[in-house]
Amino acid sequence: MKMTYREAVREGLRHVLKSDPRVFLMGEDVGRYGGAFAVSKGLLAEFGPDRIRDTPLSESTFTGAGIGAAIGGMRPIVEIMTVNFSMLALDQIVNSAAALRHMSGGQISVPLVVRMATGGGRQLAAQHSHSLEGWYAHVPGIKVLAPATPNDARGMLVAAIEDPDPVFIFEHATLYPVEGEVDDPFQPVDISRSTIRRAGTDVSIFAYGGSLGKALQASDDLTTAGISAEVVDIRVLRPLDEATILESVSRTHRVVVVDEMWRTGSFAGEISALIMEKAFYDLDAPVVRVCSAEVPMPYAKHMEAAALPQTANIVAAAQEILGRHG
Amino acid sequence: MAVQRRKPAKRKRTSARPPKRGPGVPASRDHALSLVREMMLIRRFEEKADELYSLGKIRGFLHLYIGEEAVCVGAMRGLTSDDSVVATYREHGHAISRGISPGTVMAEMYGKVNGCSRGRGGSMHLFDVSRKFYGGHAIVGAGIPFAVGLALADKMESKPHVTACFFGDGAVDEGEFHESMNMASLWKLPVLFICENNLYAMGTALDRHESVRDIAAHARVYGVHAEQVDGMDVLAVEAAVERNAKAIRRDGTPRFLEILTYRFRGHSMADPVLYRSKEEVSEWMTRDPISSFLLLLRNAGLVGDVDVEKLEKSVAAEIDEAVRFAESGEWEAVEDLTRDVYTPAGARS
Ligand SMILES: Cc1ncc(C[n+]2csc(CCOP(=O)(O)OP(=O)(O)O)c2C)c(N)n1
Repeated sequence: MKMTYREAVREGLRHVLKSDPRVFLMGEDVGRYGGAFAVSKGLLAEFGPDRIRDTPLSESTFTGAGIGAAIGGMRPIVEIMTVNFSMLALDQIVNSAAALRHMSGGQISVPLVVRMATGGGRQLAAQHSHSLEGWYAHVPGIKVLAPATPNDARGMLVAAIEDPDPVFIFEHATLYPVEGEVDDPFQPVDISRSTIRRAGTDVSIFAYGGSLGKALQASDDLTTAGISAEVVDIRVLRPLDEATILESVSRTHRVVVVDEMWRTGSFAGEISALIMEKAFYDLDAPVVRVCSAEVPMPYAKHMEAAALPQTANIVAAAQEILGRHG
Repeated sequence: MAVQRRKPAKRKRTSARPPKRGPGVPASRDHALSLVREMMLIRRFEEKADELYSLGKIRGFLHLYIGEEAVCVGAMRGLTSDDSVVATYREHGHAISRGISPGTVMAEMYGKVNGCSRGRGGSMHLFDVSRKFYGGHAIVGAGIPFAVGLALADKMESKPHVTACFFGDGAVDEGEFHESMNMASLWKLPVLFICENNLYAMGTALDRHESVRDIAAHARVYGVHAEQVDGMDVLAVEAAVERNAKAIRRDGTPRFLEILTYRFRGHSMADPVLYRSKEEVSEWMTRDPISSFLLLLRNAGLVGDVDVEKLEKSVAAEIDEAVRFAESGEWEAVEDLTRDVYTPAGARS
């Protein structure tokens, strides 16, 4: 069965709203408007305003209210329009959601799900285009997911709502219209594991979210050049599934990490350091990172394209480490 | 051209002058004695904490509530055990008056594993979920959205409970306060907002941190019913909280209490209190919530010296026991460092 990423998230929402009366969706314009990315379109009519709850423009407070409601026995899903706006809720996320369990000595779990759009590529300039999920992946106490396919988008959401801890799901905004195969009947997705999307022997390409498609395309392009590239979808940024990453390195001995964050302090840096610490002697070449350029995202199409990691950059990176260290 | 100075607008109460005591009478002698005892317990507990802090037994930030005891003691009496309570970092009194034993609070401040948060929270993060005491929040204003969410959960599950949310006058300056007033009012949530206006946010006086010093007016802007209450009068606080909690249960809409109080000590143990005069402090101390309540009771012939002596003795014994409990507590094993970051598998549905 095929559906778009947008439909898949909606199906995930519908599934959890139907199966658990404690679940409700809350955020700006999720109801009447149908969601800024039309994800929740139709859900208001189906579930009513109590469970598809339009909020005021108060990111910090509706995120905090999600935390309180989760502790109070509900299973809230908070939608923050984009990761850029989640900065206004950063305090609630880092200082409360992530910390409450630990600082209460384990008395409190926060079964909260927060979804937000992330990423560039739509010419929305510097305040609507950034990828900051790696910042969240820095914080112990929360789980960070980045589904790249419709099947993961649906299945990870369902797994997230069953998780007793705060789970943050980053949906790359360019993925919403992308179609893909989904399991029928529905299968839950394991949110503790990364997954290998394409097996290969010469180089491992690690990617997640909006970069996965580019990594797969790069792998296709490399095949024509006679290079067998393995593509690993990281998809769970915290807690990180180190085993899948290290196993892949032990097979291919060469690594390209793709990440839409800025290179400095990027999540790709974390993956790279992990490999250096735990698989240094498996490497035949230095790890190469393909990240965003160090600029706030420009508006102009060609400039934005130049700032973001592209398939050609991934291909070039793989060829370079194979050529130079082949 | 000379600049015309505008006459300052009349304010409700912005000066450091304490309010005069109202004509409250306790329901019974027993009730009166239990109020006094609890206020004394909190006072002596904190005096002890002060001492232990100097000895290095308690570390970190320690924010004493001395002078404000009537607020938490009165307020908790006006709530039921099914109501939720959210407090700030100045919450020893709230925790104890919610029924958390002084021993587990003290052990928490020692950092021992028998503390109410396993020694993970310390003075600023006291939790007891079994008593619906949800902390212990040390980011100014952050507990307010949290309380809104607890109330939202109660409302969605049609539970007749109230969430009482305590915060200081300083929190009124944070955006979350206003966002929360708006949301609670818009969604008709059962929250009792309790602003403990002790006239200072750390060292910044109310008239230096608020453009509109009548704090209750901030709540009214959002259509929230708001009252001012004399926070040095335990009976007045008790009555106001009880009445407003009842009204919330009846109407299903939030309410707001601005409780006028004063902390006699510094903001924290690190505060040399250079920002207010000795005269101001001593004027407020004439309204000490414990001694002024005792005076009222004596004048009414409800208590005598013997009662007070007895109370002091039993309180002292309880504090000794609390310290003993903390002293004898264990340190958590370092191997457990990363426990309670995530919920263990199967720990809860
Ligand atoms: C967001 C935030 N900013 C600053 C601080 C530092 N701080 C701790 S308490 C405090 C003053 C708060 O005053 P108020 O809300 O009136 O409470 P009170 O201490 O008087 O009870 C400040 C500035 C903080 N903890 N959180």
